[in-house]
Parts: sequence; C-alpha cells; structure tokens
Amino acid sequence: MNTFTTNIQLVYILAAACFVIGLHLMNSPATARRGNQVSTAGMIIAVVVTLILLIHDGTVTAAGWTVLIVGALLGSVVGLYSARTVQMTAMPQLVSMFNAVGGGAAALVAVYGYIHDESAPGGVLGTTSVFTVLDVIIGSVTFTGSLIAAGKLQGVITGSPVMIKGGRAINLALAVVALGSAAFMLTTASLPALLLVVLASLAFGVLMVLPIGGADMPVVISLLNAFTGTAVAMAGFVIQNWALIIAGALVGASGGILTKLMADAMNRSLANIIMGGFGTGDSLVPTAVTGDVQIRSIAADDAAIQLAYASKVIIVPGYGLAAAQAQHGVAELAAVLESRGIEVSYAIHPVAGRMPGHMNVLLAEANVPYPQLKEMDEINPEFARADVALVIGANDVTNPAARRPGTAISGMPILDVDQAKSIIVVKRSMGHGYAGIDNELYTNPKTSMYFADAKRAVAEMTAAVKTLVG
Amino acid sequence: MSTALVTDLTIFVLALLVGIEVIGKVPATLHTPLMSAANSIHGIVLVGALLIGLTAHNVVGYILAFVAAFFAAANVVGGYVVTGRMLKMFRRKPQVAAPAQPQLNGQAQDRPQEVQR
Repeated sequence: MNTFTTNIQLVYILAAACFVIGLHLMNSPATARRGNQVSTAGMIIAVVVTLILLIHDGTVTAAGWTVLIVGALLGSVVGLYSARTVQMTAMPQLVSMFNAVGGGAAALVAVYGYIHDESAPGGVLGTTSVFTVLDVIIGSVTFTGSLIAAGKLQGVITGSPVMIKGGRAINLALAVVALGSAAFMLTTASLPALLLVVLASLAFGVLMVLPIGGADMPVVISLLNAFTGTAVAMAGFVIQNWALIIAGALVGASGGILTKLMADAMNRSLANIIMGGFGTGDSLVPTAVTGDVQIRSIAADDAAIQLAYASKVIIVPGYGLAAAQAQHGVAELAAVLESRGIEVSYAIHPVAGRMPGHMNVLLAEANVPYPQLKEMDEINPEFARADVALVIGANDVTNPAARRPGTAISGMPILDVDQAKSIIVVKRSMGHGYAGIDNELYTNPKTSMYFADAKRAVAEMTAAVKTLVG
Repeated sequence: MSTALVTDLTIFVLALLVGIEVIGKVPATLHTPLMSAANSIHGIVLVGALLIGLTAHNVVGYILAFVAAFFAAANVVGGYVVTGRMLKMFRRKPQVAAPAQPQLNGQAQDRPQEVQR
C-alpha cells in the first residue's frame, strides 16, 4: 500500500465512523437530526475521496466520466424528487424502493467485477469468491423482492397473499438453480452461469414476496433492508473496500433487529411469515364470543361527554387511522382536550402501521409532540388510570383473547385497553381484523362502539366536544 | 485464506456487533427514521458504482456503471433527504401557531374553566 492508497483507506474509515456515530445519535429524538447530519457528512466525505481516487488514478475514460456523472445526477434528481414529494403514509413504499435500488446497485458491482475479470488476461477464477456470488444472489433477490413489496404497499399489486400453485416447489427449484450455478462459477469461469444466477435470483425475489400479505409488510421491509445491507457488505468484500463492509454490516444489523422486533410483535416466526398465510394449518379453538352478547353503540355527543369530562385519555391509533388520513383530525381532538387540562397520550403498538415506527412518524407529521407517543411497555400500566381509551382503527392489537391460549393471536403482545375505565372504539363495522377472529374488547360492558369512518368520527367528536364546552 | 480476507472478515463481524449494540438502543418512536437512515447509509454502494469507472472501457462496462451510479445516487440522495424531512417533524412541544401570545392566553383562560367543572 503506498501513501496515497493508505490515506484513501483512512478517509473511508473516517466515513464509516461517521455512520456509526450518526446511528448512535438516533437513540433520542432530540439528537436524531444531528445524527442524520453526521451520517450525511460521512457519505459526502466517502464520495469526494472516491472522486479524488478516480482523478488521481487517471484511467477513467471520457465516456466513463460521462456515464458516471450523468447516471449519478439523474439518480440524484429522482431521489431528491421522491424524497421531497412522498406522503408520510407512503414512506414504506419509498423505503422499499431505496432497498431495491441499493440491492440492485450492489448486485451490479459484483456482476461488473466478474465480467471485467473474465475478460482480463488472467481470467476470473482467482478472483471469484464466494462473496461475488453471494452479492449477486442477495442483491438480485432484494431488487425484485423490494419492487414487489413496494407495488403491494402502493396497491399496484394486490395486498392479499398471491398463492401460486406449486409456488414453494418453484421457489425451491430456483434456489437450487441459483446456488448450483453459483457453485459452478466458483470452479469454472462462465458468463452463462452468472446470467443464470442473476435470473434465478430475480425470479426468486418475486416469488418470495408475492405470497406475503399486506399486513406482514413491516416484517418484509425490515428483512429486505437487512438483505440490502448484507449485499452492500458483500460488495465491499468484492472490491475490498472497508467503508462498504462496515456500512453494509451496520444496515444488516439494523434490518435484522427490526425484523426480529416486528416478528415478535406479531407473534409469528419469520419462517411462518415467509411461508405465507395466517394461521394456516393450526387447529384453532373457537373464541368465547358468541352471538348473544350485547354491542353498545354510541354517537358523537355521548362520546364527547365521556371525553370532555375525563382527566386522562389514551388514544390507541391503528393503521385504519392512517388509511383514513385521520391523524391530523386526531391531533386536533387531542389539542382540544388538552386545552381543558386533560392528560392525553398515545399508545403505539409496534406494528401499528406498515413499517416499524410508521405510526409515530404519521403522528409527528400531525404535530403531535413525541413525548406523548408511548411505547407498549410504557403505556400498558397506565390504562388502569385512564378514564377513556379511544381506539381508532386498531383491532387485533387490542384483543384480550391474545392473553388466552388457543386463539389465532395467543401470545401476541397487546395493548391493555380493556383495563381502562371506559372504552370508545371507532370502527367502520364489526368486521374482523387481520387475524380473522372476533375482538372480545368490543363486547366488553365498558366498551362503546362508534361506527363511522375514522376521519369523520374524529371530526364529529371534536365538534361535539367544542359545542359541549363552548 | 489471505490476510486481506481475514482482515475484511474481522471488520465485518465487528461492525455487525457494533451495529447490533448501537441500534438496539434506538427507541421504537424512531424506527421509521432509523430504517430510512440505514437506507441512506447503504447508499455507500455509490462508492462501489463509481469505482467501476476505473476499469470500464467497453459498452457493457459503461452500461453497468451508468445503471449502478443511477441506482446508488437515487438511494443516497433520497435516503438522506427523506430522513431529514421526517426527523424535522419530531418535536418535543407542539408547534405554536404564528401569534404565540394569544395561544397562551387561550390556554390560560381554559384552565380555570376546567377547575370550575
């Protein structure tokens, strides 16, 4: 290593350190913005030093500079435009798209490395490593898998699980083809084998995500995020670059942790989610709820009375709230209640939304101060002290049946909404949640059902509270 | 196994452990921005895309370099901008509407009402 390349490596390490510090600063909302700035600075340093390396090396052709600059500029414009215009409800799609392009780029780095070495005089065998083939496989799977996930979230592709006859067998065959060709590549230089690996991996990505239902997307996105990180780390091995290795490992760790958190919060194993279908194959004991129980329905005025004369209200938002775009209305209702001195907080279940932490961002966008957003473990003991629990668009995560064995959601961590002194549930109908079982909360004598679209219900309640208290 | 490979593997494993340690402390409130930040960090693959330029001297090389640079740049720029946009929304106190004074008065008037009931 001469002095120049040593210095370049040192700058890459500095950039990697910025990423670690940036992520570390994300441990509190107060410092998170600075974290993002530190991380951005690291990225700028890494890109600038790479450009210096390219200029210093002097082997980049004019055409090479043109494709790099035009490609990077076009990409920047697309990235900037989508980042500026995206709705917060559409964040999961955008994150998924970034996973796709990141994984795709990582795969291309390895593909190029292979093609280039293959045409070089020394041949390819000496340099083809297990990392090259892993990068190609993981990157390609991530690329198509993330595109399908984004399509499902956007509603371009149906959100319900798409079951293909013999899908599992096809997937297995594709995996065998990809791994077999990859193993062949390690012993024999072969471009067709590379092509086969790419195609089989791309197809595998599609078939892996298609059968997964829309409500499982928080897990899928986290998993694909971990894949992308791993692919980037593999690309780092291929081109012997520590910045890529470290950054990829960090992202892999982040995606892995979030995948586990999400799977735990849904009380499902990763394998179960990937295999698709909820509760299939389990023999379920019917829930205790039967037809003869009373459902109490409530109107805006009565709900307003309960809310206006409470001293502590806990709002339980679910994805239905986001789907109805009611987060701003809820924030307004909360503001009205708070102006009367009522203590308002939000109980956020880990899977409330379409990606980890999604509900928090939606409420933050509606100007809800983050100290009011309480995590499940923090808020559960507080329900017993709450006069009203207002459930909006959340279902399975409030079902007390999860505490008993023998139901589809047994063992799933839930919000202890039934501990509150009274409960108002805003819901369009008595329809089932994702798990497809009755919610015992709705038949609780303390519960009143407010049948309406979330946005309308919230607006009506806000108006009624205002009228009531003048 | 070459020394370089052992070094790379060491770095990978240690970075993975650092990642688990650091990210495990991020509160659930920030999980979406965290994922978005991680997203922008894997945009470092832009460096890999740029380095293709060093040896790309034919059409295939140029096409791969172009697509990789396009993908990676979109990832890196979009990731950082959207993360920043999200984090800006996280506030400790609600944003006070333009004339701050009347708002405070409004609250002060409401409080006694609440005591009366």
